[in-house]
Amino acid sequence: MAEEVKLFGARRSPFSHRIEIALKLKGVSYEFIEEDLQNKSPLLLKYNPVHKKIPVLLHNGKPIAESIVILEYIEETWKTNPILPADPYERAIARFWAKFLDDKCIPAAWNACWAKEKEREKTMEEASECLKTLEGELKDKKFFGGDKVGMVDIVANFIAFWLSALQEAVGADLLTPEKFPVLFKWSEELVGCPIIKENLPPRDQLMAFFRARLESSK
Amino acid sequence: MADEVILLDFWPSPFGMRVRIALAEKGIKYEYKEEDLRNKSPLLLQMNPIHKKIPVLVHNGKPICESLIQVQYIDEVWKGKASLLPSDPCARAQSRFWADYVDKKIYDLGRKIWMCKGEEQEASTKEFIECLKVLEAELGDRHYFGGSNLGYVDVVFVPFYTWFHAYEQCGNFSIEAECPKIIAWAKRCMQKESVSKSLPDHEKVYGFVLELKKKFGIE
Repeated sequence: MAEEVKLFGARRSPFSHRIEIALKLKGVSYEFIEEDLQNKSPLLLKYNPVHKKIPVLLHNGKPIAESIVILEYIEETWKTNPILPADPYERAIARFWAKFLDDKCIPAAWNACWAKEKEREKTMEEASECLKTLEGELKDKKFFGGDKVGMVDIVANFIAFWLSALQEAVGADLLTPEKFPVLFKWSEELVGCPIIKENLPPRDQLMAFFRARLESSK
Repeated sequence: MADEVILLDFWPSPFGMRVRIALAEKGIKYEYKEEDLRNKSPLLLQMNPIHKKIPVLVHNGKPICESLIQVQYIDEVWKGKASLLPSDPCARAQSRFWADYVDKKIYDLGRKIWMCKGEEQEASTKEFIECLKVLEAELGDRHYFGGSNLGYVDVVFVPFYTWFHAYEQCGNFSIEAECPKIIAWAKRCMQKESVSKSLPDHEKVYGFVLELKKKFGIE
C-alpha cells in the first residue's frame, strides 16, 4: 500500500525544518505544503484545530501536531537511521536536552535578539548561560547525537542556522566562535550536512525578513 | 539485582504526583525524599544541576529530570505491567500531544488564578475553563484518556485535581458547574489506589496556597 505523507509547513520556520530533516534522514517521501502564516489554509485549521500552527504531519490521512511529538512519531514509524538512542536512559537524556532547547534555550536566544535596549544586558546574559550549558553537553562530540545527527541536533536547528541570521539582522553577537567555539563548530558541521542544507531557507531572505520585522517594531 | 529507585519530591507538586502515580501503577518500590525548596539538598543540586528542581527520579544512581520524561522512562523500563502509553505510534503521538497540551496550559493558568487579582485573574480563569472544556471534549465518552485503563494523559493531568479546590476558592468559580465530565473523570481516577495514595488532600493544598499568598503579599 502506498503511503501518503504530507507536511504542512513553512520554509522560513525552524520547527517545520526539523520535520523535513527527520523525514529525509529516514528516506521518507513526502509532499510539502507551504502555508501562508498570515492566511492559514482551512486544511491546516482542520488538522490542527487546537493550536492552529505548523508543522502538521499528515500520515495516511491522520494528523500529528507539535514538532517534538512529530519527531517521536517519525522515529517510531520509520526505523531507518534512528534519531534517538535505543537505551531508555540515554533516550531520557536526549529528551531532556530537546526540552531544554525548546523551553529555555531557544526562547532565551530569541528574546535576547529582540530585547529593547534596557533589557538587552539581562536577556543576553540569560541566553549566554543557556548556550554555555548546551556547549557543556556537547563536549567533544561531533553532534549531540554522537557521530550521527540525532533528535537533539534536529531540535537545535534554530541555534545552528536561524540564530546566525537573526543576530546579524538585529546587531547582536550571541553565538560567536570566540565565545562558544565548540557550539560554533557544531553549528557549521550541522549546516554542512547535505540533508540539513538542502531545505534551509536562503540566508539573505531570512535576514531580510528579520530586518523588516525589526523596522516595523520601531 | 534489585533496582534502587529514589524520588526527590515536594508534597504539593503536581509534577511530583505524576511520577508517584506512575511508580505506583507499576508496583515499583522506591524511597521518597521530601525536599525543602527553600533549602535544597546537595543531592538535588547534584542530580539536577541545570534546573535545580523537583521531581528528580534516581534509578540505580542515575538521575532523570522533567516529569513527562520520567513517566515515559518508567513506562519504557518497567514494560510488563500497566502500560501507560499505547503501543500504536499514532495513538502514542496523540497521547504525547495531549500531555504537552496539559503541560503548556494548566499549571501556568492555574498559577495565575491564585496569584493574580482583578482583570488578570478573571482572564486567566476564563482561559483555564476553556482549556478544561477542550480536554473534556477530547475525553469524550471514555472512562479515561487512556481508554478503559489509566494512561499517560490521565497520569499527567489528574494531579491538578488536587489543586482544583484552591483554584476555585481563589478564583471564585466552580469547575464542576463548567466541566462536570472532568470532575467525574477525576473522581473515577481517584478510585484507583495508585492515584488516591499519590495525591495530597485538597484542603491541605489550599492551606499551602494561602500560606504562599501571605508570603508573596497577595490579598
